[in-house]
Amino acid sequence: MSEFSFKPIAHDADVEEKSRPSLSYWKDAWLRLKANKRAFASLFVVLGMLAFAFVGPFVWRVDHSVQRLDFTSKPPWADRNAVIAQPYVAWDGVVAPEPTGDNLAPETLEVVGEATTNSVRLKWDAVRNAEGYRVYRHVLRPLTGEPLGLPLGGTKSRTAVSFEDRLDIKPTTYWYSVVALDDQGTEFPEATTITVDVTLTTTVLTAIEQGWIDEADAGDLVPGSRFQLPWHPLGTDYLGRDLLARLMKGAQVSLFIGIVAPFLFVIAGVVYGSISGFLGRSVDHILMRFADFVIALPFLLFMILFKLLFGIGPGESGILPMLVALVLLSWPGAARLVRGEILQIREEGYVEASRLLGTKTPRLILRHMIPNTMGVVLVTFTFAVPSTIFTEAFLSFIGMGVTAPTPSWGAMCNDGIKTMETTPHELIFPALFISITVLAFNLLGDGLRDALDARMRYGE
Amino acid sequence: MTKYILWRLVQGVVTVWFIATATFFVMHNIPGDPLADDKAVSEEIRENLERKMGLDKPVLQQYVIYMGNMLRGDFGLSFQHENRRVNEIIRQHFPVSAILGILAIVIAGLGGVMWGALTALYRNRWPDIVIILLVILGISVPSFVFATVGQLALVTINKIAGIEVLPVAGWGTIAHMLVPALVLGLGTMAFLTRLMRTSMLEIVSADFIRTARAKGVPMAQIFSKHQLRNAVLPVVTVLGPSIAGITTGGFVVENVFGIPGLGRYFVLAVQQNDYGVIMGTTVFYGAFLVLMVILVDILYAVIDPRVRLE
Amino acid sequence: MADTYKETTATASPGSNWQLAKYGLIGILFFVVLLAALGWVTAQLEAGTKSERAVDYATNTITLALSSEPPQLDSTRATDMVSGMLLGHVMEGLLRYGPDNDLIAGMAESWDVGQMGGTFKIRQDAFWSNGTQVTAHDFVFAWRTAVNPETASQYAFILFPIKNAQSINNGEMPLTDLGAKAVDDFTLEVELERPTPYFLKLLAFPTYFPINEEFYNSTDGRYGADAEDLLYNGPFEITRWVHDASIRLDKNETYWNEEQTKLDALDFAYIISDANATLNLFATEKIVYAGLNSENLERALKNRWRIKQHVDGSVFFLEINHLPERITSNYNLRKALQLVHDPAELVYKVMKLPGNLPGESLFPVWLKGVNGNFRDEYPGPKYVPNEEKAREHLALALEELGVEELPPLMLLAGDNPVSNKQSEYYQSVYKEKLGIDVKIDKQIFKQRLAKMTSGDFDLVAAGWGPDYDDVLTFGDLFASWNLNNRGHYVNEELDRHVAIAQSSSDPVERMEAMDRVQQILHDDVAILIQYERGSVYVSDDRVQGVTRRSVGTDPDYTRAYIVQGP
Repeated sequence: MSEFSFKPIAHDADVEEKSRPSLSYWKDAWLRLKANKRAFASLFVVLGMLAFAFVGPFVWRVDHSVQRLDFTSKPPWADRNAVIAQPYVAWDGVVAPEPTGDNLAPETLEVVGEATTNSVRLKWDAVRNAEGYRVYRHVLRPLTGEPLGLPLGGTKSRTAVSFEDRLDIKPTTYWYSVVALDDQGTEFPEATTITVDVTLTTTVLTAIEQGWIDEADAGDLVPGSRFQLPWHPLGTDYLGRDLLARLMKGAQVSLFIGIVAPFLFVIAGVVYGSISGFLGRSVDHILMRFADFVIALPFLLFMILFKLLFGIGPGESGILPMLVALVLLSWPGAARLVRGEILQIREEGYVEASRLLGTKTPRLILRHMIPNTMGVVLVTFTFAVPSTIFTEAFLSFIGMGVTAPTPSWGAMCNDGIKTMETTPHELIFPALFISITVLAFNLLGDGLRDALDARMRYGE
Repeated sequence: MTKYILWRLVQGVVTVWFIATATFFVMHNIPGDPLADDKAVSEEIRENLERKMGLDKPVLQQYVIYMGNMLRGDFGLSFQHENRRVNEIIRQHFPVSAILGILAIVIAGLGGVMWGALTALYRNRWPDIVIILLVILGISVPSFVFATVGQLALVTINKIAGIEVLPVAGWGTIAHMLVPALVLGLGTMAFLTRLMRTSMLEIVSADFIRTARAKGVPMAQIFSKHQLRNAVLPVVTVLGPSIAGITTGGFVVENVFGIPGLGRYFVLAVQQNDYGVIMGTTVFYGAFLVLMVILVDILYAVIDPRVRLE
Repeated sequence: MADTYKETTATASPGSNWQLAKYGLIGILFFVVLLAALGWVTAQLEAGTKSERAVDYATNTITLALSSEPPQLDSTRATDMVSGMLLGHVMEGLLRYGPDNDLIAGMAESWDVGQMGGTFKIRQDAFWSNGTQVTAHDFVFAWRTAVNPETASQYAFILFPIKNAQSINNGEMPLTDLGAKAVDDFTLEVELERPTPYFLKLLAFPTYFPINEEFYNSTDGRYGADAEDLLYNGPFEITRWVHDASIRLDKNETYWNEEQTKLDALDFAYIISDANATLNLFATEKIVYAGLNSENLERALKNRWRIKQHVDGSVFFLEINHLPERITSNYNLRKALQLVHDPAELVYKVMKLPGNLPGESLFPVWLKGVNGNFRDEYPGPKYVPNEEKAREHLALALEELGVEELPPLMLLAGDNPVSNKQSEYYQSVYKEKLGIDVKIDKQIFKQRLAKMTSGDFDLVAAGWGPDYDDVLTFGDLFASWNLNNRGHYVNEELDRHVAIAQSSSDPVERMEAMDRVQQILHDDVAILIQYERGSVYVSDDRVQGVTRRSVGTDPDYTRAYIVQGP
């Protein structure tokens, strides 16, 4: 065989031509993700949540911190038809003449003026031998011999026969009872009960203060006229703040912590892990031992300790300390993962080839190693988001998270869970938002894992 | 094998030292005064208290003293429960947390494997869909919501039944444990179910299953001998971290159900700056978790012959 | 790929179903065995509560829940309310509060007290639960222990009316110089530092309870740590204390007045801080008493439970920082803050719990005056919130401070839900009505105390519960020398009036001095009074004879008894 037996192949343009358009790794991943309906829908849910948190406040322009103490813990469907009332003037009460009859309970019991959500004024007839009276309020009709309801207070003299109730009055039907007391403070065996329908009222002053009307229009509102209170699509919380606005603000906090913290600790992990993995040997050994130490710290206990260590100054929300604590404690997971990947990629043929071609180390890391770990990193990040949101919620729930008045979904759950039976909407809405977000990120993570990493793919 | 275990234990001891040191310095830099209380006290009394608790010495000296005592297994005095030793507190309350935790992890593990296997078997049919929906609930609802809702459900059940089906709170009998353990394990169970399901489905396509099928091994045997056993392996690997989550995450459950566990003590201790109890519980938990991780690794090697301990 | 999967996927077949059932059975078996084992271990550990019914007729026992575990039950060092309540059931001082909240004989069967001291005769039929007699030496020992600087008792100050107590506590005198001497086993002689008209009322307080010296020394520093590390001389004794789980009190047969004790046992079977969980226990008839809060009030109403009310005696207020470097040292600013401060709104719309009274004075309504109630005799300052005047004062304040706009005020607050609500409310009120920014500084307990002590706040929410049944338990709070005056309020006139009330034996003069104090506190805006705390609770109707108090053991079950229910 002579050297002429070999003939250079003629340049043939057709060889380079592909039957299908070339797909980059990311493009391919994107197509796979799009094909996964659940993951793709989750992506939109996540984007929707972000829009809710950061665009929402521009659409729903209600201040999340404005309190309406006359409209607290109201569900979305609460009646909003209010009557304009006179401004509140203190009441001196009523003094009755000495009683004449010998009944054991007041003969009459009536409401003085209007029964409004601001105040209910009661007066009754004096009872012989009474040394005082106690007033009760019930949300159910008291049955004979059964408790009269909530003891509101009372008077300490036989002739002081009036009582003003201002305690958290709701626009509903109440049963007020008055029972006489003897000189030992023991109740007489009989009580007088009336049914009172309370009307929802507001004052012109409140309307102006809350910005529902202009001061100029205030003239149209005379006491007694009807007024439609503003709508709260998701109801109000225990201080009468708009729940939707608070959920948006809470979304900012929860999503901010939930996304930024994982982002930071994953980045930290990538840097740490790639240094460790690339340098290898003793450096790798020492770095990884240290990561093992940090992993071994009891996570929640240290979250709490760190949070206290960094402290929260006056007026601060506590978001930053939590962020720092999360990053300090969570980076080793990502670092380990990236290091493992780097160790593997280091041995890959294309890296070897690139190195032989004289590529410098930094370029090697940036061009070949890190991009090839990105799939794993992105998946890790996506799964870290829901667990971080949970951590934030949990810490806020036990009072170790963000501080009032900054709302977060977890803190709102904490507020709502106490009144779960009576006003469930205060728990359900924030819990629902947590659930949906956590679920969406989990499904998106599943989808990304399937799409990005062939080795991590599962049979669906 | 023995050499490996010994090596891991040595590592574990160093890790515990690291945890103790980190806790010590973090704690001593927490703002606030561990000795302050509702009623203000005079300088003299304060100095006496500081002396009694050993806080009058420089921090480094305190550290050396503390480490010395810790080596002897003495965690010192509780600041809040002045006449009790931290060792005593851990001894009395850790078993309670541990029992609750063991039960929770077993419920989570058994449940996870079972539901996971079921969903894989009935893939895309109704049992699968129902279980997956429950899993979604388990994964996406925070545990503290479960705790409160669970207790309220118990109240309602007892009321409807007219007798006490299960007690709503307290500790002491099996009946007290069931619901708190379930609540505590629910999140992990959902997570494990999902893991088991994907693991089952992945293994179906493995070569050895295909080989077995090709050889004509009956489906039932493939399922039990190959599929199930291999699918359980990943579940075992995540058990270690899950134990950590469950034992420390117990304080809401302990609080709601009135269970005298250690988690509750920790949260109280943090609020009271009770250095003794904070140190004691953190170091103890840390040591416990390190041990658990080592155990799980060994267990893994025992179950899976492919894994070699080095 | 996906297509080939479908073919090979193992699906449910009769065989695999059977296999799964087998594994399931093994799993269940394992679970049951484990459960039994854990149950057995728990029983061995005795770490739990024996949950009985709320009222047990057969054993004459009632079951209750505690909100927290007592840190320890050493009477010289106990500070919290739970410890005080328990100690009141198992121990007894020279005197105690009776069913009508009057002082009655306890360990002392008779006494003779003058201006500068007195003599107490200890009853000879009083025994400790180990059978030894209660003697005068036990009191001397307990009191010396409490003022001993080594003990570092926070409540040492309550013994300061006794001669030399303060000097001993400051380490300037030996313990033996304490003005309390056992003349013989049953005679206790007390010398006072200065005339203390309310001295007798102090004697019912736990720090004044006796301790048996021999027993104390035998516990090796663990006195009060466990049930067996205590001796009891009260109506009940602790027979079982499982830490953080339960405390059981059985009737003390050696108590001198044991026929007065009707119940055989008080079982505090749960220690649970979660309010809803406690109410759940009540709902399932496991405990006889549960406190209510504004959140679960409605639930109690809908269940038609009998709701009762009780004034617990504490007064809550916003302390203002008077240190000169703080802007709040400006009178006009304080006045402006006061004039938009509406305790009624706070109580009715924010706290929403009946029983809380809008605060008007530092002195709560139940305090005794000359003859009747102090506040009936001296009603104190009346004022109406007035936004317009507030803004005038604010303008003046800005002028005096020489600023265009006020820097934000630091409101130091606790980290519990109640104080959250309040702080958020104040933030909103001051912003809306005066345009003042309030920054909430939410801190956990010890950090808040540290900040209070160092004066790192403008406003701080604080409260004060009475230690003894006299106006002075509140009256000296803002004297310049009082360490609990965290805002460092200094007013010579107020100090003078406090001094009068401390030593004068003329009740009218004392009450008038206290009237001046409440007036000064209001006029000079030393503090902003928020509310007098009340509580509402549900309790089992089958338990009667429970005494509620504003001062002393509360609730007091020492005379409680069970009646047959419906």
